[in-house]
Amino acid sequence: MMQISSGTISPEDLRSRLAEPAAGAYASFEGWIRNENEGNAVLRLEYEAYEPLAVKEGERVIREAKDKYPVLQAHCVHRTGLLELGEVAVWVGVAAPHRDEAFAACRYIIDQVKFRLPIWKKEHYADGHSGWVNCERCAAHGEADTAMRR
Amino acid sequence: MSKTLTIRYFAGFREHAGVNEETVSLAANTARDVFDQLKNRHGSREPLGHCKVAINDEMSDWDAPVGDGDTILLFPPVAGG
Repeated sequence: MMQISSGTISPEDLRSRLAEPAAGAYASFEGWIRNENEGNAVLRLEYEAYEPLAVKEGERVIREAKDKYPVLQAHCVHRTGLLELGEVAVWVGVAAPHRDEAFAACRYIIDQVKFRLPIWKKEHYADGHSGWVNCERCAAHGEADTAMRR
Repeated sequence: MSKTLTIRYFAGFREHAGVNEETVSLAANTARDVFDQLKNRHGSREPLGHCKVAINDEMSDWDAPVGDGDTILLFPPVAGG
């Protein structure tokens, strides 16, 4: 199941939903907001998603993971909105009979989610500038940001 | 022949265009034509391969044909996680 959430992600609550008798292993990944990117001090992050397609593409990724690896349950939740340092931006949880497939499926899901889902993040820096990540040549990245990098 | 298309902009593209959505009339055959002809609107100098496109809420290829009345979603380079 793929979810886009504007509310706080609670890994403990999400983890409990994956439990089932045949599961001998649980692997999870949490992406956290950190205070630095490419030498710039980051204060907070803003995530935007196009929810209908982010969910559709996320469900596709999870189906692929289940086809590739014999896992029992796989969920992913991605945040939108303004996030402060240390908050959970994305969570992936996988329950499987054994650890190998749990780790592998979890890794597959987070890698594909980062690469394929229509989700964008804007970093707000300590010096007051901001910029969209991975979009250095989008005009909206702004002259101020270019000047800052010089 | 020109087609009437609804264009939706996201993230940095939206900020550059100054609108979420607009209706345009373009002589475009493919999604690539739409992207190229709207360069002044989305403002991107990113290589096309870094961006993504959806037509009528389906992820598409840049070579996919566009039809009169279609909604084209222009996605800047994604950055989830």
